[in-house]
Amino acid sequence: MEVREELKYTKTHEWVRDLGDGVYEIGITDFAQSELGDIVFINLPAADDEVTAEETLGDIESVKAVSDIYSPVSGVVCEINEEVVDAPEAINNTPYEAWLIRVKDVTDTVELLDAAQYQEVCEHE
Amino acid sequence: MSLIFEISRKGRRCAQFPDRKVHQYELPENLTRKQLDLPEVAEVDLVRHYMGLSRLAFGVDNGFYPLGSCTMKYNPKVNEEVAALEGFNEIHPLQPASTVKGALEALKQLQDALCELTGMDAMTLKPAAGAHGEFTGMQIVKKHFVASGHPERNEVIIPDSAHGTNPASAAMNGLKVVAVKSNENGGVDLDSLREAVGEHTAALMLTNPNTLGLFDENIEEITRIVHEAGGLCYYDGANLNAVMGLVRPGDIGFDVIHLNLHKTFSTPHGGGGPGSGPVGCKAFLAKHLPDPVIGENGFEYSEDSIGSVRSFYCNFLVCMKALTYIKVMGSDGLKLASENAVLNANYLLSRIKDIYDVSYDRVCMHEFVLGLQRLKDETGITAKDIAKGLLDFEIHPPTMYFPLIVHEALMFEPTETESRETLDRCAEVLRHLHDLAYSDPAYYEGVPHTTVVSHVDEVTAARNPILKYEK
Repeated sequence: MEVREELKYTKTHEWVRDLGDGVYEIGITDFAQSELGDIVFINLPAADDEVTAEETLGDIESVKAVSDIYSPVSGVVCEINEEVVDAPEAINNTPYEAWLIRVKDVTDTVELLDAAQYQEVCEHE
Repeated sequence: MSLIFEISRKGRRCAQFPDRKVHQYELPENLTRKQLDLPEVAEVDLVRHYMGLSRLAFGVDNGFYPLGSCTMKYNPKVNEEVAALEGFNEIHPLQPASTVKGALEALKQLQDALCELTGMDAMTLKPAAGAHGEFTGMQIVKKHFVASGHPERNEVIIPDSAHGTNPASAAMNGLKVVAVKSNENGGVDLDSLREAVGEHTAALMLTNPNTLGLFDENIEEITRIVHEAGGLCYYDGANLNAVMGLVRPGDIGFDVIHLNLHKTFSTPHGGGGPGSGPVGCKAFLAKHLPDPVIGENGFEYSEDSIGSVRSFYCNFLVCMKALTYIKVMGSDGLKLASENAVLNANYLLSRIKDIYDVSYDRVCMHEFVLGLQRLKDETGITAKDIAKGLLDFEIHPPTMYFPLIVHEALMFEPTETESRETLDRCAEVLRHLHDLAYSDPAYYEGVPHTTVVSHVDEVTAARNPILKYEK
């Protein structure tokens, strides 16, 4: 299971990449995709929608189950990854490249973990 | 097996009509479709096609079906006989109500029996299925607060172990979902609940026993906390099969409930007929029930009703099957059914829990949830593999990967209609499959091996479904 040093993580298995200028990129972790199994559908907010830290930003469906994706930040969605919507298997193949949404005007974040802390969370799951 | 489109031959018919003796009028061009490709087959081919399909299906009439949370009990054939009676079967929904008084009386009897069984004061049989019942029930809750001047009560509290339909029903009514955590016993965490309730609370939606098959012993405290905060308590009747004649939701603080006749009252699940999701409530909410309700004088209407919720009143023949079941069983029989449902679940669990991990090691109600994470860690064999292995032994898989709070979950609900021999065999098969995970994991490659269709590519089916026949 891969955890990348340069990213921040949530206890609910999302990753966050700081793109600078107050824009953050959000995806789900390698651990999350391996627990979910083959992902077949993803439901994301639209550009300009507001997301709120700790609340659901969308949902993700695998052959096993439908699960919520929780937003690590509060802000405004500035871009969604259409490629992932069309081909959600990208999340299974390259979870850290297959970002879901980019959020700007971030006002709040949940408690974010570094790679070592997140690794520990996964070991206790 | 061929599709019916593939066995179609132009000009084949099930019936030959005599030569026309009247003038034939052509329909205007703009009302006809040239490309409509309907199959054309002889009666014999048609019968063989559907017999073939029926052999590929698996239902409770074929074998053991412990699909958790669905209550796949055997449906007695007497239900079908009663539903087929001419007086029930040959009436039309557009007939004047004055000509179907017997049918209305039969529905009233079912309504009254369900009120008695659940401790409710009023009941509608109208909703078309369980989720529709939930939607209707939440409409009643919403209407209650809007009508009483408290539209700000718009939050519905739902435990994290709930059926997915609960948050969906709340959201479809424009209500906000607030999740509460489960405690270490699998019940509602009281502190989380106390934090969650407040002046915006409209209702708590609860299944008890919950989706872990556990009866929440704090139930009276739970409903008291919600009531003291000014909210209502909604009982999801998904698991009523565990408590018939033992606990009445109306006696433990619930104000609104929905039932699933296709679960608890032995009417067919999907494919065998439509569902039915009656909604019951306490007297102070009765005026909000969907129009019409069946009262002493037949259909009655209320100005405060939430509205119609659907065309016509109820899936009538389904209701007649449920009424038959209730009349045949009697109140003692229904109680015994619940007791046996609980006994069967505990018996099956006791035969396997030395090798499988149970999610919460307590006496369960009518179902239990195994967590196969340890098996997966030690062997790589997953809950899905075990479920597919059961198919090789003609046992329908249990519910998989639900509830979400248990990793590698398998949820078994044997129901009361299974014999000890059937439960013993299931336990033996499960033990065998567990052994194979360690001794011969290669068995699980390509499992199931004995079914007509093996190893379906469910990923491709979900990502690129082919829903329409094209030449």
